[in-house]
Amino acid sequence: MKDLLDFYWQTMKTSIIVQFQYRAANYFYMIGMIAEPVIYLVVWSAIANAQGGSVGGFTAGQFAAYYIVWTLVRNMNIVFTPHGWEWRIRQGQLSGMLLKPMHPLHNDVAYFAGWKVAVIIMWLPIAAILVVAFRPELNPTPLEIFIFFFAIWGAYLIRTMVLWMLGMITFWTTRVSAIYELYFALELLLSGRLVPMGLMPDWVQTLSSFLPFKWTFQFPIEALVGNLTPEQLWQGLGMQALWIALTYASGELIWRAALRQYAAVGN
Amino acid sequence: MSIIRLASLFFKVGALNELQYRVNFFIQLLESGVALAVGLIGLALVFNHTTELAGWSRPELLAVMGVHILMGGFIRMLVQPNMQRLMSDVQEGTLDYALTKPADSQTLVSVRELRIWQLVDVVIGLVVLSAAIVQLQEWLSVWQSLAFVAALLCGGAMIYSFWLILTTGAFWVVRVDNIIELFDGVYRAGQWPVGIYPDWLRTGLTFLVPIAFAVTVPAEALVGRLTWPTLLGAFALAAALLAFARWFWFFGLKHYSGASA
Repeated sequence: MKDLLDFYWQTMKTSIIVQFQYRAANYFYMIGMIAEPVIYLVVWSAIANAQGGSVGGFTAGQFAAYYIVWTLVRNMNIVFTPHGWEWRIRQGQLSGMLLKPMHPLHNDVAYFAGWKVAVIIMWLPIAAILVVAFRPELNPTPLEIFIFFFAIWGAYLIRTMVLWMLGMITFWTTRVSAIYELYFALELLLSGRLVPMGLMPDWVQTLSSFLPFKWTFQFPIEALVGNLTPEQLWQGLGMQALWIALTYASGELIWRAALRQYAAVGN
Repeated sequence: MSIIRLASLFFKVGALNELQYRVNFFIQLLESGVALAVGLIGLALVFNHTTELAGWSRPELLAVMGVHILMGGFIRMLVQPNMQRLMSDVQEGTLDYALTKPADSQTLVSVRELRIWQLVDVVIGLVVLSAAIVQLQEWLSVWQSLAFVAALLCGGAMIYSFWLILTTGAFWVVRVDNIIELFDGVYRAGQWPVGIYPDWLRTGLTFLVPIAFAVTVPAEALVGRLTWPTLLGAFALAAALLAFARWFWFFGLKHYSGASA
């Protein structure tokens, strides 16, 4: 256990240093990403204003708060992609990783967690500019801030596991990009990334409560921006823990089945 | 004339190359279908809560979406792949092979790649546009159609010039591949008419990145919102950008010392 913690600490430290070295590339990437929520924000603020101040219970200021917090949650949602797994498996990179006496997943979780620390620090000035430009209404309680802090890491872990599972499809077939596109579209609609789930028709909201997506996006944002009761906040963290356990367990099952029929490629 | 012959020859080779990979057509079809569905759902969500957006009705916004998809297909079919190849050529020093050919260098670097399957998006864009016109329930006048085609050509020329200017920057800073992601992000803004954005953003989307002229203006022509001054402005700006891009390309070439050999 101590070795594992040590490994995490060192990997995170390395990744933080590396990412600060590539801060220009990171900023380019983050600025390109800002366009998406700004578009949603402008559209929905325009609608809220045209409807006499609010739509679906959101005022323009609340939309601003939702989509500004969105930018941080989106950054937390970036994990090792299924395309990366595809590449590892197709190129035979995985063979080398399997020789190490540790599950390859640990390396990804630790490396990207370190990256997140760098991203959060680099995100602060962007958030400041967005706050000045769009004037959000945001007054969180200490408990909400506390829950939010854990919820973004919960979101990070759930998405890591789900994309790991998705990437493992490559063990069976190498034509996967279309499957990924389909998955990302579903996630966009059912996670609260496109619009807050409250604006979706009822049946979509019901559907999304049975799926992991909203716990990676909607819940962390709402924990900070919305008016959840303390009970709902704790329950949300519980649901995240449940989904982490569930996705990890099923991922591990697929992983074992996959390794059994993995024929190494490359050197 | 030789420019057109050169371009069509390269396009033929590019198309033949891509036609070998027929499965890619179906993958492209599926991906474009998913993107279209997401766009339509977004539009439906908006009109679940309102009847018009900044003065635009639903069929009018559908027309904007159609132009956005169409122009996006054109960019990914022709502009982006060529500029990407140019970037990597500058990085690796292989641009020398193109420069030593006895043809106009700007034409040559602009026609070497052709992603033929992106035509799927061009076709989908046209289908969406036709659906929008049917829903508008108004016949297009000849002038409107002509203005639409003219505005579309101007918009395409501006996007091409914009890309070429940015890519030419590679002669000085070498690594510019990040602008692809940056452009993709900003291009999404064109999905909605630029009139809905706050002033500072609208100005940026009009003059910094010519997305207003590439998407909103042609759509305006189609739904009968276009005024003559805007169309003339589009002409003038397109001509100016094309001329500047050409000048800047040769200016950049003078500074290029080559990385190979």
